[in-house]
Amino acid sequence: MSRKLNYKDAINEALSQEMERDDKVIVIGLDVAGGRGTEGVMDSWGGVLGVTKGLYGKFGDRVMDTPISESSYIGAAVGAAACGMRPVVEMMFADFLGVCFDQLMNQAAKFRYMFGGTAETPVVCRMMYGAGFRGAAQHSQCLYSIFAHIPGLKVVLPSTPADAKGLLIQSIRDNDPVIFMEHKALYAMKGEVPEEAYAIPFGKANIVREGKDVTIVALGRMVHMATQAATALAKAGIECEVIDPRTISPLDEATIIKSVEKTGRLVVVDESHPRASMAGDISSIVAQAAFGSLKGPIKLVTAPHTPVPFSDVLEDLYIPNAAKIEAAVKSLL
Amino acid sequence: MTSQLKKEDLLKAYRIMREIREFEDRIHIEFATGLIPGFVHLYSGEEAVATGVCMHLSDEDRISSTHRGHGHCIAKGVDIHGMMAEIFGKKTGTCGGKGGSMHIADLEKGMMGANGIVGAGPPLICGAALAAKFKGTGGVGVAFFGDGASNQGTILESMNLASVWKLPVIFLNENNGYAESTGVSYNVPTPNIADRAAGFGMPGVTVDGNDFFAVYEAAGEAIARARRGEGPTLLECKTQRYFGHFEGDAMTYRPKGEVQELRKNKDCLRILADKLVSAGIVAAGEIEAIDKEVLALIEDSVVKAKAAPKPTAADLLTGVYVTY
Repeated sequence: MSRKLNYKDAINEALSQEMERDDKVIVIGLDVAGGRGTEGVMDSWGGVLGVTKGLYGKFGDRVMDTPISESSYIGAAVGAAACGMRPVVEMMFADFLGVCFDQLMNQAAKFRYMFGGTAETPVVCRMMYGAGFRGAAQHSQCLYSIFAHIPGLKVVLPSTPADAKGLLIQSIRDNDPVIFMEHKALYAMKGEVPEEAYAIPFGKANIVREGKDVTIVALGRMVHMATQAATALAKAGIECEVIDPRTISPLDEATIIKSVEKTGRLVVVDESHPRASMAGDISSIVAQAAFGSLKGPIKLVTAPHTPVPFSDVLEDLYIPNAAKIEAAVKSLL
Repeated sequence: MTSQLKKEDLLKAYRIMREIREFEDRIHIEFATGLIPGFVHLYSGEEAVATGVCMHLSDEDRISSTHRGHGHCIAKGVDIHGMMAEIFGKKTGTCGGKGGSMHIADLEKGMMGANGIVGAGPPLICGAALAAKFKGTGGVGVAFFGDGASNQGTILESMNLASVWKLPVIFLNENNGYAESTGVSYNVPTPNIADRAAGFGMPGVTVDGNDFFAVYEAAGEAIARARRGEGPTLLECKTQRYFGHFEGDAMTYRPKGEVQELRKNKDCLRILADKLVSAGIVAAGEIEAIDKEVLALIEDSVVKAKAAPKPTAADLLTGVYVTY
């Protein structure tokens, strides 16, 4: 049975079902319940945007609020994972990785290799990312390419409520450290979500729309921009194949390459900056594996190489959109 | 001073300290021959600290270590042959030759890793203690860190977190007087690092880290407090290292004769042996017998490490993920 659920509630349901199933799953983060140490009500926030609301009522002290002290509590989640727990820790905004990155990059990611293949660190670090909320330069970045660069981390970018639930369940059950990135502009998006618990495997791209003329690989929220562009282009007789990798580490290279071999054309849509990016990475993979199939240059539709601006006029210019994707597709034909 | 410990425990403590000393002194020699790759940081001089603390711990208790981690590993029961092979970069090493001196870990023994990042251990130990609390194992976590690391935000954040969450953690400061080449009086504005405990609402205790009994007793109290669920303690052990920050450090920042003076008057092994013999608990011959056995053990570990195979090309790509 499925019913309509928004992206935010799908994440909440995944957490709730996994906490129900396995008492080693705990939730740690700033204000994940909220209200501790006050004379007001408990679970006052349930996460800064309410994603974890209600978990405290069901699971009590397995939902742990923290001081504003990301290095210590994200490190504690990593340490607890290395000692047999399955913590889901929240960084709040991806932009905050600057104050705690060591615990993910040098600790969680390295344990297994550095310790000779013996350690397991089943920690999930959730965070929201992306522009569109006038959050400006320190609350709007994507930054997933930084995580994807690190061997030992897995990086998940769900684009729909159903994927958010299934990929989060897989993240919690997975035995490696997982960076789970939620686009804040998708929290209110509704979609069909199965009621029961289910896991979507990592490294399996979703072909959102089939087409023969141009392959569009889009990440996170950009999947919806790409689909919008593909719908408009179809009216002009241009058939785009839209691919959502869903996880960027591991990355389903085979599905992308196979599609480009069919269409001969590739547009990569990435909300992040163009330098040292996933867009650049995907185009490099395709250039190496399917150069002979390409009928023209690979086109990237990305944000510019600037910080995210505050003013609405500037931020709207900054974020890739359907019109820019349509133009990139047309330039190849 | 020795009332809590039976003779066999005292001899065990002495043996562990001697193993650490012999291990480190031998690596000092082997490193100079160029056979040991990378960076090594030796623990000689500080043995009473790791030993006095770890004598209280079982495999269920977790420790995090530092770049100067060999002593913590040995005191926590990590296999000496595996450690030596690891330091020589061999496949038979504790980490299959993929970690090296700064990353020796044995999770089965509750040793969560030496660490190449100064101050990285305490957050992890908060997590280990949190896991012990959830699982009801009664285990504690001990985070070893130096005087240099005492200024890292991770440590101050962890002391706060452990205190507000009432975690069974001991913040074990090894104050050897030097953060790399900078003296502690330049980096730390208070007489004792343990003075900082008050700011985090936990007891702060400073002891002579060259005195095994002082460390053993203070650590015992802190660990018992943690096991009772009363929260963390900051325990500072003032000690010294005999070698440089890393091997190859000429130590020009230390006054001439300092190390010789410390070896003569502050040596933790000599102090322990003298106490045991003069109190009539142990005969001098028993100490000598241990020294001989340990020397043979370390010699054997070096011979085996040198003869052991290196990792193969296939090992490069394994052990990054559980599944990928």
